[in-house]
Amino acid sequence: MDVVTFLIALGLTAAMAIMLARLFAGPTLYDRVLAANSFGTKTVLFLLVFAAIVDRQDAIDIALLYALINFVATIAILKFFRYRSLEIALAQMSLRKALDGEYDE
Amino acid sequence: MSFGEILQHALFAGSVAAMTAGLVFVLAGAIGVNRLPDFYTRMHAAGVTDTLGAELIVLGLLLQASDWQTFAKLALVGLLLFLTSPTATHAIANAAHRAGHKPALSRFKPPHPKDAGSTSGEG
Amino acid sequence: MFYGVSLTAFLVALWLTLSGPFTLSGDYPIVMTVGVVSIVTTVALTFRMRIVDRETVPAGPMIPLFAYWSWLGGEIFKSNLAVLRLIMKPELNVEPRLIRVPAEQRTDLGRCVFANSITLTPGTVTVDIEDDGFLVHALDTEFTEPAGFAEMGQRSDTATDGRREAK
Repeated sequence: MDVVTFLIALGLTAAMAIMLARLFAGPTLYDRVLAANSFGTKTVLFLLVFAAIVDRQDAIDIALLYALINFVATIAILKFFRYRSLEIALAQMSLRKALDGEYDE
Repeated sequence: MSFGEILQHALFAGSVAAMTAGLVFVLAGAIGVNRLPDFYTRMHAAGVTDTLGAELIVLGLLLQASDWQTFAKLALVGLLLFLTSPTATHAIANAAHRAGHKPALSRFKPPHPKDAGSTSGEG
Repeated sequence: MFYGVSLTAFLVALWLTLSGPFTLSGDYPIVMTVGVVSIVTTVALTFRMRIVDRETVPAGPMIPLFAYWSWLGGEIFKSNLAVLRLIMKPELNVEPRLIRVPAEQRTDLGRCVFANSITLTPGTVTVDIEDDGFLVHALDTEFTEPAGFAEMGQRSDTATDGRREAK
């Protein structure tokens, strides 16, 4: 589209690269999840800017979808590593915990 | 120059300004995530990216939108980011806290060659 | 019933926004049919889950909430600049703090808005939720002023549940 938008996209790519460094460096699981989540946010922004550069509105729909999937994926990863299971509904977790104390940390 | 042209140029200038400012916040957030000492403090740097950085870039694109549908979809993405990012951040923080991850609460200073041997470099 | 109607109206608006131009030519009738089917399914499933209340569909406090969000936007801007200054200093000098913030909201929706506002403001993140307050992690001591939290809590309470009656 124009130079400025292109430069913004380049800057976003640089930010994503910096975030990848934290993703690889760790050191804890939560650092990685945080970096992955933040990387996803930047991907959404990059897709939006990309849609403006190539002037195709389809990319905005993809960005919308990516924002949703990014959120759900973060919650799913955290839930799995906390309970080691994706079977039980989150709403029932506290109830279950109160009943038998099985999920006490 | 007609009034319409002036408006168009003003919109473009505003859009460029918003997107540049947003990019500055996004980059600062990414750098902060790499610089800060422990997990809980990195979370705050990621928050800078998620709030003002993202919303400013979306705002800049909103000002460039050519039809109402693009405008509405961009606004929807902005609203979604606004609503989901605190929940995700809280979920990560809460998971770390419940897993017994202790935050470093002492005053953090980077180790400096001049005061080697002092205890202030501990994170 | 009010919540069901507002949920349906919201879904219709969402579908029309995402599906495109309003012409009845071409394959638009099919798009329309699919839209009606999915909206009816969604509303029916939501009613079956018995979660159609003011927390799922916050249509009542919508206008106060938008007013609150615009105030929150200013706060977010200010604390963003503060965090930016902290993390871009050539020599990092932060003092993280864990503090307890009392939450005196009347409903769960108000507490939810308050906790999310704390998290959304950079420099403070809600780490845990307790019976009568939140455990908040702050990046530096400058973010831990109780007056700021009290004002934010009071505003979020007013935005979700209306003005408190004078005692």
